[in-house]
Parts: sequence; C-alpha cells; structure tokens
Amino acid sequence: MDIILKSTFVDPCLLCIFDLGVFTTYNYTMNPKVLLTSKEIDIILHRLACQLIENHLDFSNTVLIGLQPRGVFVTQRIAQLLTDCYGVKDLKIGSLDTTFFSDDFRRKGSPLQANKTLIDFIVEDKNVVFIDDVLYTGRSVRAALTAIQSFGRPSSIEFLTFIDRRFSRHLPIMPNYKGRKVDAIADERVEVRWRENQGEDIVYLVK
Amino acid sequence: MSELSVSHLLGIKDLTPKDISFIFDTADHFKEVINRPIKKVPSLRDITIANLFFENSTRTRLSFELAQKRLSADVVNFSAASSSVKKGETLVDTVNNILAMKVDMVVMRHPLAGAGVYLSKKVDSVIINAGDGAHEHPTQALLDSYSIRQELGEVAGKKVVIVGDILHSRVALSNIYALQKMGAEVKVCGPKTLIPKYIESLGVSVELNLEKALKWCDVANMLRVQNERMDISYFPSTREYVDQYQLNAGVLQKIDKEILIMHPGPINRGVEITSEIADSSNAIILDQVENGVAVRMAVMYLLASKIK
Repeated sequence: MDIILKSTFVDPCLLCIFDLGVFTTYNYTMNPKVLLTSKEIDIILHRLACQLIENHLDFSNTVLIGLQPRGVFVTQRIAQLLTDCYGVKDLKIGSLDTTFFSDDFRRKGSPLQANKTLIDFIVEDKNVVFIDDVLYTGRSVRAALTAIQSFGRPSSIEFLTFIDRRFSRHLPIMPNYKGRKVDAIADERVEVRWRENQGEDIVYLVK
Repeated sequence: MSELSVSHLLGIKDLTPKDISFIFDTADHFKEVINRPIKKVPSLRDITIANLFFENSTRTRLSFELAQKRLSADVVNFSAASSSVKKGETLVDTVNNILAMKVDMVVMRHPLAGAGVYLSKKVDSVIINAGDGAHEHPTQALLDSYSIRQELGEVAGKKVVIVGDILHSRVALSNIYALQKMGAEVKVCGPKTLIPKYIESLGVSVELNLEKALKWCDVANMLRVQNERMDISYFPSTREYVDQYQLNAGVLQKIDKEILIMHPGPINRGVEITSEIADSSNAIILDQVENGVAVRMAVMYLLASKIK
C-alpha cells in the first residue's frame, strides 16, 4: 500500500471539524507516484473551504489572494466552491506575484519572468488569506508578506497551502490551513496538476 | 525566455526581437508596480548605479533616477558641468574612479557617438546608453515601441512615420531599429537636408511631403528640430519649416483619419507641433513619459540579473 489516506470518502462538511492528522507516505521505487487523485483533491478542497468559512463567516472583511504562478488555481477552485456550494457572496479574490520581492534575485536559477499581479481592491484593514499549492522552503510566502505591504496594511494575514511539505522549511513559516502534509526528501518534487491548465486534477511525487 | 542576450544596453541594433518582447513583458509588470499605492520593489537593493550625464538632460535623467529608486537601487548622479571633466580628466579615468567606489551599473549620456560602446570595452561594469551623440537612444526607442504596443495592441504590421530632423536624431535611428525588429514599417519625412543620404539602406522609405506621409501612417512620431546640433542652416527659416512640416489641425483635417501622435520631448510648441495637437486625445506624449519609467525599470532589472 503506497498511499495511506484516512477519511477519503467522508462527507466533506464533516472533515472541516477535524484537524486532519493524515499525511502521505510513499514507496520510493515507483516513479512518478500518485499522491492524490481527483476525488481526493475535491474532498480536500471542500474541507479547506469549510475551514475558511469557520473562521471568516461571510467573508465581508476577508480577501483571498493566490500566490503566482500556481496558487491562483487553488484560489479559483476554493472561491468557486465557496460561491457555488456554500453561498458566499461578493467574494474578493486577487493574485500576487512575488518575483520582484524574491530574496534570490541574481542567485543561480531564480526566474526573472514575472506573472500578473491583480489586486483591484484595498487590503487596508482586511483579513488577507494567502493561498498557494505547495509550501516548501517558505521563501515565496516571505516575499508575499513583503509584497502585500505595497497595497496597504492588512488587519491580519493567514496562509492556506494545498500541500505542506514538512521538514523542508528555510524560514519559520507555518500554514494556518493545509490540505495534505507530505514528507519528501530534498531531491523529490511534489507536482500538483489542475484541470484548468494541465487537463486533470492529480498530485504526483516526482523523483 | 530566461534572460537577455546582451550584457549592456548600448543600442537597439544589438538586441533581438525576443529581447525586446521580454523587456516589454517585464515592463508590463513594472507598470502595474508603479501604479500601486507603494510604488517600490526591493529587487535592486544591493545594486549601486551611477548616472553619468556628460550632456544635458531633464526627462531621461529623471526617468532613469525614478526607475532606479522604484527598484530600490542606490543612486549616484554626476553631471559633466560640475566635474573634473572640466579639469581634463578622460572618460575612462572618470568612470574607473566612480567604479572604484563599488558601482555596479553605469547609465551614461554623452555628446559623442559610440561613447557607450567604447566604455563597455574599457571598464568592468554594466553600461546603459542614455543617448550617445546622434547615434542611439535605446531606452527612448523601447518606450516608443512599447507605447505603440500599448495603444494599438501590437507593433507588427503598423506603419510609423518619423517626422523632422532625422539627420541629428539618435531617437530616429534607435526607433528605426526597434520598429523594424518588432515588424513595423517605417517611413521618414522631413526636409531633404535633414534626411541622411543613405537612410534607405536601413530599409526605410523617404517621403518629403508631410500630408502624404500622414495619409500612409498609423503613427506619427514628431521629432524636435535640434538647433543645438546644427552648425549650418539646414532650412531657410523656422517659418518655412512650420509651413511644410508642422503637425497642426489643418493638415490632420486633410488626411481624414485618426492617427496616433507621439513626441519624444522636449516639445518646441508651435514649431514641429501645435499646442492644440500636442494636447489632443490622439497625442500620447505623457503616456510615453509614464511608460519610460516602466521600460527603464525593466531594462535595469534584466541587466542587473547578470551582475555576479
């Protein structure tokens, strides 16, 4: 058994009341390894949406901000669930690119190409929720914490990550909401694919 | 594209169309940055840039300086009027003295063509040409093409006429290179005495009649008559130049179509263009100035990535 998944087919509304202690282990011999299927991804997204509702109720003073490039897909998906399944109205969502705030500019391998930042609302005194697909070193979250200051002073900032790669942090950053914890070694990569840009919802562990 | 093909910006001639597109795409993001409540990013916080202006400039120097500050670079300014150049110091000595103070990038304007190329071979620093004599003014051409792309969607396939003093203009030469590399068709228009003799060899056509040139084009870029560079009289009188080559309501009425009007500044109001037209909705002169900061931020950001 490569994937140990507890509570996979439980009603998503129930999931939000548990802090899920689940995490995924895997067999190194197969490559790439499927960590999460489309169905499992859907359940986790529902749980994350419910957890957000628990803390933010009607979202009147909350904005969701997807971190470019890949956090925007999770953000759109969660926003869609909140709106369509849980009746949240006038949800404000944006995207934030952190390329120009990165601490590895001029270091080997850092990308120069930026992505679109779209924040057409005021974040001053708002509760901001950053959303990303994989939390790894924590450096892009650090950059996002600086970048968001260009748009005002939020009342609070929380962080939601779909995949939390534990034991790989370079900075003291912890997510407030996490979809799935994954323990992987440094030369492995967690690849989250979304149907919007890659045709299917699936999470792989690639060696 | 992951980086520029060049390590200095000495002229548009050295850039590839991919480089130009990469600069434009990056400038799009910086344009969004400079419209934020806080218009600053920390990318170049560990870079020091010297602005060396051996020739007068207002908007280019301000635009570069603002772009540098928006990128969080440290900036030192130098103008020839108050320097040791007056005491006989050579260009290379001046620059090497400045570089000895740990400067990473030099933005230079110089009255002599080729000064940037010369300096790039003599000193160990990233050089950005902010205008060298009547040779090139690459960032102006980039911001002009960028403004056309912003207004008309793309540069490729557009017809652009450059009107006025082509002979003394570094803006004209850089614009010709940039526009052609991006796929535009270019015509030059002006008195025969102000059109260089072999300009057709660059692949541009010449039109001496302003009305015909305007009927042909989608964009008219009006250049300033550079009296300061004219050692002889190239046309009989300003009044005659105005009569033949001024962009005014009368000539625009005759062509009966909407065209985009650009001017690199500073404007000689009432000479190459009337105030009425310069301030009209078809003129994007102030948009060019705004785009200048974003384009210069993109150029310096992309070149700074090459500093080890």
